[in-house]
Amino acid sequence: MSLLEVKNLHTHFRTDDGIVKAVDGVSFTVEKGKTLGIVGESGSGKSVTCLTIMGLNSKRTAITSGEALFNGEDLLKMGSRRLREIRGNDMAMIFQDPMTSLNPVHTIGRQLVEAILLHRDVTKKVAKARAVELLEAVGIPRARRRFDDYPHQFSGGMRQRVMIAMALVNDPDLLIADEPTTALDVTTQAQILKLMKTLQQEFGSAIIMITHDLGVVAETADDVVVMYAAKVVEKAPVAEIFNRPRMPYTWGLLGSLPRLDADVERLVQIPGQPPSLLTPPRGCRFHPRCPYVMSVCRSEEPQLVNVPGIDNHLQACHLDEDTKRREAEKLLEGTLAEAS
Amino acid sequence: MTETTTTSAPAPAPSGFTPSSDDLLVVQDLQKHFPVTRGIVFQRQIGAVKAVDGVSFTVKRGETLGVVGESGCGKSTMARCVMKLLEPTGGSVMFDGRDITRYNRVQMRPVRREMMMIFQDPYASLNPRKRVGFIIAEALEVHKLGTAAEVKRRVQELLEVVGLNPEHYNRFPHEFSGGQRQRIGVARALAISPKLIVCDEPVSALDVSVQAQILNLLKDLQSEFGLTYLFIAHDLNVVRHISDRVMVMYLGHAVEIADRDQMYTEPRHPYTGALLSAVPIPDPELGRQRQSIVLEGDVPNPINPPSGCWFHPRCPRFHEGHCDVEVPELYPMGGEGHVAACHYPLESWPLTAEEMSRGGTKAAKAPSE
Repeated sequence: MSLLEVKNLHTHFRTDDGIVKAVDGVSFTVEKGKTLGIVGESGSGKSVTCLTIMGLNSKRTAITSGEALFNGEDLLKMGSRRLREIRGNDMAMIFQDPMTSLNPVHTIGRQLVEAILLHRDVTKKVAKARAVELLEAVGIPRARRRFDDYPHQFSGGMRQRVMIAMALVNDPDLLIADEPTTALDVTTQAQILKLMKTLQQEFGSAIIMITHDLGVVAETADDVVVMYAAKVVEKAPVAEIFNRPRMPYTWGLLGSLPRLDADVERLVQIPGQPPSLLTPPRGCRFHPRCPYVMSVCRSEEPQLVNVPGIDNHLQACHLDEDTKRREAEKLLEGTLAEAS
Repeated sequence: MTETTTTSAPAPAPSGFTPSSDDLLVVQDLQKHFPVTRGIVFQRQIGAVKAVDGVSFTVKRGETLGVVGESGCGKSTMARCVMKLLEPTGGSVMFDGRDITRYNRVQMRPVRREMMMIFQDPYASLNPRKRVGFIIAEALEVHKLGTAAEVKRRVQELLEVVGLNPEHYNRFPHEFSGGQRQRIGVARALAISPKLIVCDEPVSALDVSVQAQILNLLKDLQSEFGLTYLFIAHDLNVVRHISDRVMVMYLGHAVEIADRDQMYTEPRHPYTGALLSAVPIPDPELGRQRQSIVLEGDVPNPINPPSGCWFHPRCPRFHEGHCDVEVPELYPMGGEGHVAACHYPLESWPLTAEEMSRGGTKAAKAPSE
């Protein structure tokens, strides 16, 4: 059994302008101890997917349907008491901005101890010892002394370490990291990614890594889900996504990335903007920006199906396989930009 | 800046350049210190944040100099000093053959027609109460370039150049998306046909696909109008894509300046090496195989910078008694115009495992020739 199985997840928000379909039929699974990367532009629904799984959407405006089976239990149908037991204990979340996700008026020690005492029947002393131990585990020097410091006394990278420590206090089975390194410098990012990798090996947690940085995905993920306009458009093991991408949007993402290991004169650019989720385009949602658009793309929505002959590689695109193979090869040679 | 000159050191090569008429911008030993004061009524200066501390470089006409470094390394302060938006504490800025370091506001006015800036945040850098047409035309009007009809024609032309609909000059910034707003920022910078455009993290706030649009646009405009860019970014991939030469800054100092290709294939300063190896590579096999230098700790406090080499507390190749005592100068590193401020520069790239842990040994090596 998979640790987390998300089936046909929908999250819609009621707004004054109408219903925003922020997540529209998303399915994926996360295996124990593995890392799933979710990539996509801002507004593609990656964060909302995870907030829905964690049950953190506003109850007043969000309408959810589908299933999210965590160890066989459906998180979406669970009572709030049971959900609170699981959240912070069996699954935890690391947010993007360590500045705003720590409480500025409490010491970090107090915030860590609170997370332990909520889920464990231990004395404060034991909880404190555990918190200090974790601060050491995430590489905070002089952890015992820094226990009584406030968040503003830490640098950005250190704060993100504290966030990770807080997420790990109860040995979660699943860690959801929402753009954990986006606000950090490259050198700090490298530190945090390395730390997450070692901790994953140590604690055996599964990780959902939400990011828009394909480099981060390539270095950390086992499987990758590419999202566009509230839908999954491609899903495959990490090597497949980078070596045999099958969907023009994924090509666009890969091609628009200036990179250190290849020399391209011109970047592939995806023209236009992501669509509004109030009124998503008919047919394939990517068709207004797709250079390969055909008439069928405008009317018929492509289903997420297996690439013929390759297990685990799912794609949603009407293009024929030969064209896809050819174009993907061009992309990897860095000659796609001249062509389009 | 205190410089310990040893007799054995090679003749000070001032950053490996000799100003020539090719250079649009010549910056020498630029310093910007912000005073730190204590006391309410009687403020005493108790120290200084040395945001920029002796940076020298040149930018040739028509080229792009990329500037990279972590946050707080002084790259934006340096750019603001070059634009004279901040008064430099020391050093000199030569723009197009004129020394503008001590120019006052009136003297600066004609110079301002030749330099413009593109800012990082396309949301904060456009006045939300003004129409796009006004925003773009403002510089034209300030410098009294043309009649109202000419200005309007120019604005529409600019909107078209940056890929926006010329009919939209009457709209407000909030009606545009992030990428489109950054295009407005570019149009504004182009309005007075400047010689130099200082781009301060112009794509950091944008999504990758939109980032590619803006980078392609900047490159197209450069080849069309012969623009010179001083391009600041913390993303090494972006800098490599757009620059001809690259300068790496650390704690207010330039630690390495080189040709783009040299910087990325033969970095000499360990900090450059660390930055390069920290960039995630979008290739699962390559990315996981390579050796990387993961730097420990954070950038030191610029109020109280480390002695000797500014990078020594985090450097994997630190040699006690040398790196923490003697301030390195920008030594020539072989390649043309390639300079790095390091006593023990890297010899090869990518690093082997043995190379990486070469620190701490008492190598009797003179500063590299």
